[in-house]
Amino acid sequence: MTTDTFPASGRPVRARRGLWSRYLRRPVGVVALAVFLLVVAAALLAPLLAPHDPNFVDYTLTKAPPGPDHLMGGDSAGRDIYSRLLYGARTTLYGAAVACLTGILLGVPTGVAAGYFGGRTDRICSSISDGVQSVPGMIVLLIVAAGTGSNFTVLMITIGVFMAPGYYRISRSRALAVRREPYIDAARVAGLTNVQILRAHMLRAVRAPIVIQSALTGGIAMGMQAGLQFLGIGSASTPSWGAMMNDGYRNMQTHPLILLWPSAALGITIAALAFMGSVLADLLSVRAEPGTRAGRGSAPAAGDEAPTGEPAHPVEGSALRIENLRVAFGGPDGDKRVVHGVCLDAAPREVLGIVGESGSGKSQTVLSVLDLLPAGGRATADGIWVGGREIGALPRGRRHALLGTEIGYVPQEPMTNLDPCYTIGHQLVEPLRVVHRLPKAEARGRAREILLRVGITDPDRVMASYPHQLSGGMAQRVLIAGAVAGRPSLLIADEPTTALDVTVQAEVLELLRELQEEYGMALVIVTHNFGVVADICDRVVVMKDGRVVETGPVGRIFADPGDPYTAELIRASLDDTESRIDLDAAHDQAGQAVEA
Amino acid sequence: MKDGDGGPLLEVNDLVVDYRRGQTTFRALKGVSMTIGPGECVGLVGESGSGKSTLGKAILGLAAVTSGTIGFAGQDITRARGAARRRLAADIQVVFQDPYGSLDPTMTIGQILAEPLTASGAPREEARAAVAEMLEHVRLPSDAVTRYPSEFSGGQRQRIAIARALVRRPRLIVCDEPVSALDLTTQSAVIDLFIDIQRETGVSYLFVSHDLGVVRRICHRISVMYQGEIVESGDNERITRDPEHPYTRRLLLASPVADPVRQAERRRTWLGLRVG
Amino acid sequence: MLKFIARRILSGLVLLLVVTCGSFFLAHRAIGDPTPGLLGNSATPFQRAALREQLGLERPLLVQFWDWFSHAIRGDFGTSWRNLQPVSEQIALRVPVTLSVVVAATLLAAVLGLAVGIITGLRPGGTLDRGLKLGSVVFFALPGFWVSLVLVMWFAIQLRWFPAVGYVSPDQSVTGWLRSITLPSVSLAIGAVVMVAEQLRNGFLEVQNQDFVRTLRARGLPPWRVTVHVLRNASPAALTVLALMFVGLLGGAIVVEIIFNLPGIGSLIQSASQIGDIPILLGLTAVTVVFVVIVNLLLDLVLGWVNPKVREQ
Repeated sequence: MTTDTFPASGRPVRARRGLWSRYLRRPVGVVALAVFLLVVAAALLAPLLAPHDPNFVDYTLTKAPPGPDHLMGGDSAGRDIYSRLLYGARTTLYGAAVACLTGILLGVPTGVAAGYFGGRTDRICSSISDGVQSVPGMIVLLIVAAGTGSNFTVLMITIGVFMAPGYYRISRSRALAVRREPYIDAARVAGLTNVQILRAHMLRAVRAPIVIQSALTGGIAMGMQAGLQFLGIGSASTPSWGAMMNDGYRNMQTHPLILLWPSAALGITIAALAFMGSVLADLLSVRAEPGTRAGRGSAPAAGDEAPTGEPAHPVEGSALRIENLRVAFGGPDGDKRVVHGVCLDAAPREVLGIVGESGSGKSQTVLSVLDLLPAGGRATADGIWVGGREIGALPRGRRHALLGTEIGYVPQEPMTNLDPCYTIGHQLVEPLRVVHRLPKAEARGRAREILLRVGITDPDRVMASYPHQLSGGMAQRVLIAGAVAGRPSLLIADEPTTALDVTVQAEVLELLRELQEEYGMALVIVTHNFGVVADICDRVVVMKDGRVVETGPVGRIFADPGDPYTAELIRASLDDTESRIDLDAAHDQAGQAVEA
Repeated sequence: MKDGDGGPLLEVNDLVVDYRRGQTTFRALKGVSMTIGPGECVGLVGESGSGKSTLGKAILGLAAVTSGTIGFAGQDITRARGAARRRLAADIQVVFQDPYGSLDPTMTIGQILAEPLTASGAPREEARAAVAEMLEHVRLPSDAVTRYPSEFSGGQRQRIAIARALVRRPRLIVCDEPVSALDLTTQSAVIDLFIDIQRETGVSYLFVSHDLGVVRRICHRISVMYQGEIVESGDNERITRDPEHPYTRRLLLASPVADPVRQAERRRTWLGLRVG
Repeated sequence: MLKFIARRILSGLVLLLVVTCGSFFLAHRAIGDPTPGLLGNSATPFQRAALREQLGLERPLLVQFWDWFSHAIRGDFGTSWRNLQPVSEQIALRVPVTLSVVVAATLLAAVLGLAVGIITGLRPGGTLDRGLKLGSVVFFALPGFWVSLVLVMWFAIQLRWFPAVGYVSPDQSVTGWLRSITLPSVSLAIGAVVMVAEQLRNGFLEVQNQDFVRTLRARGLPPWRVTVHVLRNASPAALTVLALMFVGLLGGAIVVEIIFNLPGIGSLIQSASQIGDIPILLGLTAVTVVFVVIVNLLLDLVLGWVNPKVREQ
């Protein structure tokens, strides 16, 4: 809960002011929009722009090459290709609009309703959508075309019906996601009717994805429409790109240009739509895709900042020692420093606590020791020693060879730290076989033994289970078992009890203490909870904003905090503060004093 | 809507709530009874799965009640739905745990705070004035109105959520773990805000939390929940210092205190309890 | 497990009933009287009435449908109205052609999509990743037949590497068969490849940021072992897209077959819809729906194998 969340918390950065202006700052978006507007303009102004009647037949123009009077030449029937292209744009856009509109009208309301109300509404709507999706649309289109005398609007509506599941899925999944947000519950408690909630919150949530979906759907509809026209379906008197492509196709061996013009027009229009949709999608969901946008943070220089914290043991006799550690993350606005020159150390068999609030850089500090910073993060240090050996300068492979052997790691959130697709047994046995090269039977035996040791009474059942079948406390025991399976000399635990219930937390702390003593490990425990520190730690490092505030033995830190920040944190732990009854009594007294 | 003098504001009687999971039903509340008086803060403590959040949801109408009754100001609201439930919005409000998910990220703070008022048909001008007043109440700058939730820290967002709960001047606020996602220092500031607001407005709180330290600080009375039942109730001082029920004692001993000497002692007692 | 399969087959049958019923009524409504199309415009009213009687068209539609459906689930799709040949024989002649193109395209999409998806997922921001992004934008919307025209113009007419049109049965020559289906399959597959790769890449990036991947690394597992874990977690979305693509490819194949002049179901559908040969249309609809049901069943089985949580639901 109080992990140092960085970068962002995984939530999309919301579109705010000036989505439009941000769109216009993307060159690809501008070009795509310009091309699309050009096509729209060509369609609207076709009667003004077209130099010839698109259906006028001039036999001398048959398969003519481009010339000054006929910019793109003539088709196999002797009609002006340029004029037909302009009029064809009308058909194309009109058809795409009809299809999109049909898809939106059918898909969005049902999708939102299914996602919001769930239950039976959802089951019925979803099975209809799945059904439509498993119907080969082209066959139905051909049947419809055969019967309706190729009525174009009806055909495009039919295409729209087959596009509706796409809209349905998106609206439903958005509505479903939003439905689970507490702000919808808050709106209900605030007295909003379902209609008001749907209008105020749901529509906001689906609006943007629908626009993006429409760009794609429009393109697909244009493609299907051209495909039908290519097959000879549609009115012969209305010029269309698909029919022109068919004409070109039949003459492509001799006159490839006739095929080129309409193909290029269709391809460019669809691509323009697709790029518009892609740029919009990019702008609306700036997902943290590390590495793509900003690259790794550059190695933070030692800089002018003085390192904070001081080691307490000689290097040779330490289990862990960090000197002047800096961590930075690459971001869109340049590097962001989160750890500014931290020094600390732990002796063998010592329990070191690193305490701080969110943003203090405590997790980043220990992840740097593991060389497992989140993507985009980069750590540099004057030196990192494990078991008295400098490892900071080792190549990546050699450093990672320490993981699972010298160094064990216990993460915070038990449920997300086990691979949901594999059994517990597999996840325990795999490192033993791969890293420690144990034969299969022996690895299983060891895994079983460790599970028993961490207090799991039925190891065989647990090993056959998948993570989602375990409780949080059980999963954390499994993770601890995995961390100590390699008999490490240094165990790093990052908020190991934060996600657990209090009674489970006490059990897990007790287990960690026992294992630490039994295996003679050094334990570095990251936490925000001074109660946990008081319970298990020998020495404490207090961190704030990426710096060490103070370091000292646990007794001294609590009895006589050297820094006001430490004192404030201990006070905020609420153990010994006045209860509400004391507070009210004091308040009443103060009130009387004022009156008197 | 006025209750009789001295009577409880909220009265929950033998409440049972079942959740259906596929074919099986899970009894989240097994006959829970409690009362909250006007201007009182009652804490509900328990671990995950104890049913403490479910009780809050049932009172808010977000969980269907199987049997039992919920009375508010002398009125039976157990199965209030539709318009009747919406009328209760003027009197019963909520603050949720998650300071990120509880505010619509696409709305400005002004829109978020005005929503409960405009939904009930209040004129825009009036809503704007009320919003400004509430921001002051929760000690946020008035320019927050035009900004979006993502521009605020966790603690500030929780203040916004409190302001939204207060904006219709309710008589009861259900607080579902409202400080457990916050840093320690922020947490104590928000708790102080809750206390100040209660003194200023006389609102009652049902304060759901897993943290005995937090409820001790803010609640007058505390009920301890375990597996869908209230195992022990009593005033703040007694529950947090001298509990009777074995579960409450285990719970108390299991939460570590920020003092190495006392914690070592507490752990010894806890270990004894565990073995015994 | 068997219960699950049985349930899926049952729901497949329901889907078959609903879809063919819909198509049946749609076709009858749309086509109305098929006899002018079958006999030509010169036929006398008497001849047309006789043919209607012979085809059983004077019966109520519901009776006709039930008659058709009760035979169809036993594999008897009736006879074509045009040449009175059994529908199943004609479909059996055409289906291998279409299937070889569609299956080849699906395999291409699976193999190439997997490869590109893994590479770009491991190295986001690289050249291939940027290419994939561009490709996914462009090829998602471009119709397969448009791509085929471009491919034909280039590879068959300009470079003459592949035959522009025509089909060689594998009985005659395996290499000839492969050459004849290469361009059609490729033009169908391109869009599917980028879609599958894109899904896999996004899934990869998402899974790589999850906590358990860090924990796996912290256990000392070598990178490729970690990649196996990531791949298994990232694959469901890509597999789902692949199955959806299969349905789309069946439809797309119709136009592409006509371009390449392949004797698959495409030209059969086209001619049947022109003259209103409803038994052929219904038979083809039924066969494609059966394929779709089979593919979806396979998908569910694979998804259940990949993700144990799905298995329990």
